[in-house]
Amino acid sequence: MAGETPLIRVSNLCVNLPDMTRKPLFGRAPLLAILHDLTFDIPAGSVLGVVGQSGSGKSTLARAMLRLIEPSSGQITFDGQDIAHFDEAALKPFRRKAQMIFQDPMSSLNPRHRVERIVATPLVINGQNDARARAAEALDLVGLSRSFLTRYPHELSGGQRQRVGIARAIAMRPQFILADEIVSGLDVSSQAQVLNLLERLVRELKLTLAFISHDLSVIRRLCTHVLVLRSGRIVEHATVEDVFGNPQAAYTRELMDAIPLPDPDQPGWKA
Amino acid sequence: MPDGRSAVKRRASLRLWLSGSWLALVALAALLAPWIAPHDPLAQDLFAGRLPPFFAAGADPAYLLGTDSLGRDVLSRIIHGARIALTVALMAGVATALLGSLLGLLAGYLRGWTDIVISRLVDIWMAFPPVLFAILLIAVIGTGLTSIIVAIVVIDWTRFCRVVRAEAMNQSKMDYVASATIAGQGRASILWREIGPNVLPTIAALLTLEMGIAVIVEAILSFVNLSISTDAPTWGGMIAEGRTSIHQAWWVLVFPLVVLFLTVLSFSQLGEGLKDRFDPVLR
Repeated sequence: MAGETPLIRVSNLCVNLPDMTRKPLFGRAPLLAILHDLTFDIPAGSVLGVVGQSGSGKSTLARAMLRLIEPSSGQITFDGQDIAHFDEAALKPFRRKAQMIFQDPMSSLNPRHRVERIVATPLVINGQNDARARAAEALDLVGLSRSFLTRYPHELSGGQRQRVGIARAIAMRPQFILADEIVSGLDVSSQAQVLNLLERLVRELKLTLAFISHDLSVIRRLCTHVLVLRSGRIVEHATVEDVFGNPQAAYTRELMDAIPLPDPDQPGWKA
Repeated sequence: MPDGRSAVKRRASLRLWLSGSWLALVALAALLAPWIAPHDPLAQDLFAGRLPPFFAAGADPAYLLGTDSLGRDVLSRIIHGARIALTVALMAGVATALLGSLLGLLAGYLRGWTDIVISRLVDIWMAFPPVLFAILLIAVIGTGLTSIIVAIVVIDWTRFCRVVRAEAMNQSKMDYVASATIAGQGRASILWREIGPNVLPTIAALLTLEMGIAVIVEAILSFVNLSISTDAPTWGGMIAEGRTSIHQAWWVLVFPLVVLFLTVLSFSQLGEGLKDRFDPVLR
């Protein structure tokens, strides 16, 4: 690991969001600190798993890293450039290199656009002239036949929709993809298929991936590094072997005890 | 892997058929009025005044729905009235939809100051009593078809603005908007290409309602004599005239009223029917 230059370096990242439940009748809502002073690296070519229970700030971290929201303070260095406080115009080159796959594939695909348009639009915006051909290519890569190009999202199953979401992300040939809970809405067999697909794509396209999940068994299978978040703070950050072999934080062990075991007679099963 | 989802076909519902047919009939009557109206809608014949409709005793078969107190043919006046009603419905409806939806989309998507300014404007606007507002407006800009259309647009844009703003806010929270932002799509492009098509069914449903409302507003303004000239055949004007002779000639009031009622009802039912049929999200 030593000597690798990190593709992304997050340092002292803080995100505060307005707390609308405590908004006074007049004036601004008080700010609620969601992420406290996060510092971590994502080395190029690695797969970082981000775990934590709901409300731990996983999705806020995702949205800040892709600059859907502006961090309150701190730096996000992508490929040597601090993008934390860029405006939309300055972010343009970054938008080409970093993509996201969303949790809910129904809401992340525009219900009024056909699959071809959904996958090709980001390419068109970024000035690719062979957008349609590359959209079709991306569908091949995720294992959907070209007959899907003319379908609308509501005509697809959950697993197929998530594949379209993946196709849209990889069509841009980004360096970095952030996958936010992308299998939590799928049934077990679709989950396995989508994970296999993602594993293969990371290998073939040499992607750097951040994989957000609350499911440690999925993280263990896919990731090289793990970041454990709790209430917006980093509890543990190490390689997957270290975290699973020798968890340092009590909270990590707690999470691991919560993994359901396949065999009730196996040691470690608690009734 | 393809399954049955794309093969699902929805049958046009009965209400779509009924409302569509009635509006088609009215539209046809409006287009072909000079050729299908049996009489000149303005021609008076004092010797043929207050003739009852065809099914009543003493009817003249040349005047199917009877005549008013000046001997003008009720059917011909209804047919010519359809022209004015539909012109107002289309022009006022579309103009209202454009203005209100545009402001609603901007407020709902951009939020911040744009939203505050537009929303407060809507609140203030809606506090005026609409009919008084219309009468005041027409008193200032004068009567005529254009004035009616302008009055409807100026008063009713808030109806679109409110609903479209709420819908645009909902759509802006969807991940496909976040996805477009990540792809580097500009704000105007996101609003027009991503959010716009998803708000369109709402706008279409409101538009058909607004067309019905426009027909009613035109009738109300005719009723209080602020529409076009009193002589011109408008449904509202006919109802106003019929009111004065309701005991002697009920048909002068009842027939335009029924046509008005059916037309407004059809507009609203058409909107509902179209929404059911063309909204892929509702399935």
